[in-house]
Amino acid sequence: MNIQNYYLIVPFAPLLGAIIAGLFGRALGRRTTHRIVIALVGLSLFSAIRIFQDVMAGHLFNGPVYTWLNSGDTSFQVGFLIDRLTATMMLVVTSVSLMVHIYTIGYMEEDEGYQRFFSYISLFTFSMLMLVMSNNFMQLFFGWEAVGLVSYLLIGFWYTRPTAIYANLKAFLVNRVGDFGFLLGIGLVLKVFGTLDYAAVFANVANHANDIAPIPGMSVNLLTAICILLFIGAMGKSAQFPLHVWLPDSMEGPTPISALIHAATMVTAGIFMVARMSPVFELSDAALSFVMVIGAITALFMGFLGIIQNDIKRVIAYSTLSQLGYMTVALGASAYPVAIFHLMTHAFFKALLFLAAGSVIIGMHHDQDIRNMGGLRKYMPITWITSLIGSLALIGTPFFSGFYSKDSIIEAVGRSHLAGSGFAYFSVVACVFITAFYSFRMYFLVFHGKERFGGHHDHQEDHADEEVAADHHHGLAPGQKPHESPWVVTLPLVLLAIPSVVIGYIAIGPMLFGGYFKDAIYIAQNHEVMRELQEEFHGSFAMAVHAFSSLPLWLAVAGVVISGYFYLMRPDIPAALQKRFHGIYVLLDNKYYFDRFNDWFFAGGARMLSRFLGDAGDKFLIDGLVVNGSAGLVGRFSGVVRRFQTGYIYHYAFTMIVGVFVLLSIRNWF
Amino acid sequence: MIFGLPVISVAIWLPIIFGILVLATGDDKNASLARLLALVGSLLGFAVTLPLYTGFNTTTSAMQFVELHDWIARFNIHYHLGVDGISMLFVLLNSFFTVIVVIAGWRVIEKRVSQYMAAFLVMSGIVNGVFAALDSILFYVFWEAMLIPMFIIIGVWGGPNRIYATMKFFLYTLLGSLLMLVALIYLYNLTGGSFSILDFQKVAIPMNAQILIFIAFFFAFAVKVPMFPVHTWLPDAHVEAPTGGSVILAAIMLKVGAYGFLRFSMPITPDASHKLAGIMIALSLIAIIYIGLVALMQSDMKKLVAYSSISHMGFVTLGLFIFNAYGMEGALLQMLSHGFVAGALFLCIGVLYDRMHSRKIADYGGVVNKMPVFAAFFMLFAMANSGLPGTSAFVGEFMVLMGTIRVNFWYAFAAATTLIFGAAYTLWMYKRVIFGAVTNSHVGELTDINAREILILALLTIFVLGMGVYPLPFGEILHASVNDLLVHVAQSKLPL
Repeated sequence: MNIQNYYLIVPFAPLLGAIIAGLFGRALGRRTTHRIVIALVGLSLFSAIRIFQDVMAGHLFNGPVYTWLNSGDTSFQVGFLIDRLTATMMLVVTSVSLMVHIYTIGYMEEDEGYQRFFSYISLFTFSMLMLVMSNNFMQLFFGWEAVGLVSYLLIGFWYTRPTAIYANLKAFLVNRVGDFGFLLGIGLVLKVFGTLDYAAVFANVANHANDIAPIPGMSVNLLTAICILLFIGAMGKSAQFPLHVWLPDSMEGPTPISALIHAATMVTAGIFMVARMSPVFELSDAALSFVMVIGAITALFMGFLGIIQNDIKRVIAYSTLSQLGYMTVALGASAYPVAIFHLMTHAFFKALLFLAAGSVIIGMHHDQDIRNMGGLRKYMPITWITSLIGSLALIGTPFFSGFYSKDSIIEAVGRSHLAGSGFAYFSVVACVFITAFYSFRMYFLVFHGKERFGGHHDHQEDHADEEVAADHHHGLAPGQKPHESPWVVTLPLVLLAIPSVVIGYIAIGPMLFGGYFKDAIYIAQNHEVMRELQEEFHGSFAMAVHAFSSLPLWLAVAGVVISGYFYLMRPDIPAALQKRFHGIYVLLDNKYYFDRFNDWFFAGGARMLSRFLGDAGDKFLIDGLVVNGSAGLVGRFSGVVRRFQTGYIYHYAFTMIVGVFVLLSIRNWF
Repeated sequence: MIFGLPVISVAIWLPIIFGILVLATGDDKNASLARLLALVGSLLGFAVTLPLYTGFNTTTSAMQFVELHDWIARFNIHYHLGVDGISMLFVLLNSFFTVIVVIAGWRVIEKRVSQYMAAFLVMSGIVNGVFAALDSILFYVFWEAMLIPMFIIIGVWGGPNRIYATMKFFLYTLLGSLLMLVALIYLYNLTGGSFSILDFQKVAIPMNAQILIFIAFFFAFAVKVPMFPVHTWLPDAHVEAPTGGSVILAAIMLKVGAYGFLRFSMPITPDASHKLAGIMIALSLIAIIYIGLVALMQSDMKKLVAYSSISHMGFVTLGLFIFNAYGMEGALLQMLSHGFVAGALFLCIGVLYDRMHSRKIADYGGVVNKMPVFAAFFMLFAMANSGLPGTSAFVGEFMVLMGTIRVNFWYAFAAATTLIFGAAYTLWMYKRVIFGAVTNSHVGELTDINAREILILALLTIFVLGMGVYPLPFGEILHASVNDLLVHVAQSKLPL
């Protein structure tokens, strides 16, 4: 078969699955539906592998599928760009998606919306693939918004829960704030370059390196303006500070989508986009600095929040935010391949962690509070081992996948000379300790120590949301024991655990230093971070060995040891610290008051302004004064005029004479 | 030609004749006959417009399917009809929506069925006349005649406050059109005795006269669009109108205002249009932001969608007065799309109203539990209203934004806030009405949409998604006429 047919199969097979599940799911029944949908996603993965092989053999593709619209002299096209960056992303997306599809059979077994859920996640897979395969900004924006739509639908999947439908609206609107900037960035690209085709823009971008942006009243470099506007979009989608607020709330959605969308794929769209735009970003040091600082803030401050969470999914959510910050920092340091590398390893181990958390949640009968767990390793051995692997990968244990990508980021940032790189370096190093601490805090509380389940759920009132939908949050009854999940749940865990361990060791050499991305990623001559990293790289094994003599590893070890000491041996210490540093605890518990501020200022402000404009503008000024006022005026005037209608001939004659006199005099005067 | 008859005349008069036939069925004893006749009439009415599409030549900007006969020879007034790329799609849109409202009113309207159906059929013919008239007096006659059926539809089948709403609607629009008539007569004198719109477009006019003509036209067209600040009749009219009336009002009647700018203001007074473009852009941006904000706190679903319509029409007028191809084609595509999306939203609200007899958001909550199929359709149209890519609404908004940023970054900045506001007011309403647990016993008794309602919404879905994914065929029809218009608008018409 012609390879170009595979290009079409990869996104459209999941779309077909989504349509079948959505329209005919009920008629087909659960089993038939998931078989069809999974077969189609499997076909998509198979095609992605074929394309990957083909791309590695040197066959790239950049061409239109169809013309979307012609306007003026511009032709807007829908098309594919298949290069090594795209092929890598296609593999990550389709493989994680397939795992999540299989896992869903077990996780959503009892849910009424079974077929609907399959429809959504397949639709998501389609949207995400359209995003990564696009060869132009317009289609990128289509995919960008389409994944946002599916994310909205999935966060609000359990639509009777007030918290879920609050969270999905919030997620959509915060993302829209990002898209607002993103669309303006696209507009500037079209205005300056006259096209939205990546290749045409990138070919021409150097000629505009010193232009001033056509923004009246501001003298900013054009490319800086474009990059920052585009990056605002990435801040929404990849949940970077201060648009990160939606991601923790998105955990209201079912766990499989937290793994697929809110950890492995969609939230990395921003990272992918910046890497894709590397020919533009490379020409603006200011924009790169901006990217790096935002990433560093996100990595550090979201990591802190992970420490005090008690909901198992929220701990992982803050960890995701923090890791996204790492990727963003790598982008800012011009280490795009490292960012994509971390994106890939993170996709595997974070999907693993989420799915393992889901397995724990099933075992705990939908109790998500880690304070009610403990000692689960006896009851859920596969979940335990795979969680341990995921956590070790996350904290950067040598030889695990996360180590290679995270250590490369730290090394890369240390070599960057851009403004803000000092702060960024501090952040990513400090965050190693924090990551290790909160990851193993969760790990110890869940799998080790005393068994705390089956008792009274003292902590439930902390989470007002949990009492609402009783069917999803009932927890274990006294005396009841958790049990290992069925094979459809544990199989994906095992399958994801494998790459979480080995993929870093295998891939770092070729991917970062083998010229893997070729022309897909452009790095300017004066940004030497990647070259310096390459000079110091002497193989995966040597890198892991070398780590034992470096600071980050010992910070990670310290994090694990301290959390073990705190939560297994001396649980009184964290409690005492919480009291001692009450102010800090309250600040963290309120997530730095971002949600409160946004609710009060933006949501409240908009509502107030809306009410004011509606009342003062439309009702009072326009309708009250002008419309009804003029009607009243006409009424009063006619009341006066009516008095002339007396019916007496001599009154009319008199009026006529006066009229004629007035008209004649006007005529004479002019 | 159909059976030897000119296409456009058939498109105008066939629905009107059917309207009279339907009326002749008399009172509600013959209601089912009236419905059947109306359906046949609307379907035939739509069928006869199809040759306009199939026989359309996309390579020319000239008027096509032209019909020219003497009408009132004394004043040189002609029965002059024709369509170009700008008007042709609206004739189809209008005839299509007539079918939709006839089906939508099938069971819902139980009183004075024949009159209801007749009003919509007559309306359909008249609106086709508005879009196809090339003689300004003929245009004016259709333009004013259009008010009468709508006046009756709201006044007879409307809500409790319908008298106030109809009066407001009637006076607002009448006031605007009288000024237009003055301008037409002035132009008649200027051209040396012609009422042909095409002649108006050629004649040289001094600047101060252009400005006065522009202002006269502005009142006629701005009221219909409606533009800020002459928009307040629309929310009232929508709230009181029956579902079918709202659909036609949103999908069709709002379009004639923007069409007027394209057909009259811009080509006849290009210099004034350029000179006053700043004001038009400012009013459009106010409509987008101010109205978008006002929509947020509406407690009545119909009012909310009405305000959302005004905000979206702000994109149309913005696209027109930035004078570039992106903007103008975007504006026209936005007009078409808004027809589908706003029409669909009013139909969705109608579905709920038929069951609950309330339009208050607060009376709903948790509808999805009882009406999942309906909720899915409503979701799609709500997303379209938020301008999601892949739906028709994105095409126009995207193109207008791309055109606006060419003119001034900050205009685009202001207009792009609709990404946030549009999503906020639409999805917040959706959340409160559809999501959540069942809030009261009335919602608990709801039944999901029936086959007839599914048919209507599915038809609109095809257009909303089809045009969003593949807008090229629509764009190709506009292309030649828009380019020609842009060339004309760029040329000064001041006397040498």
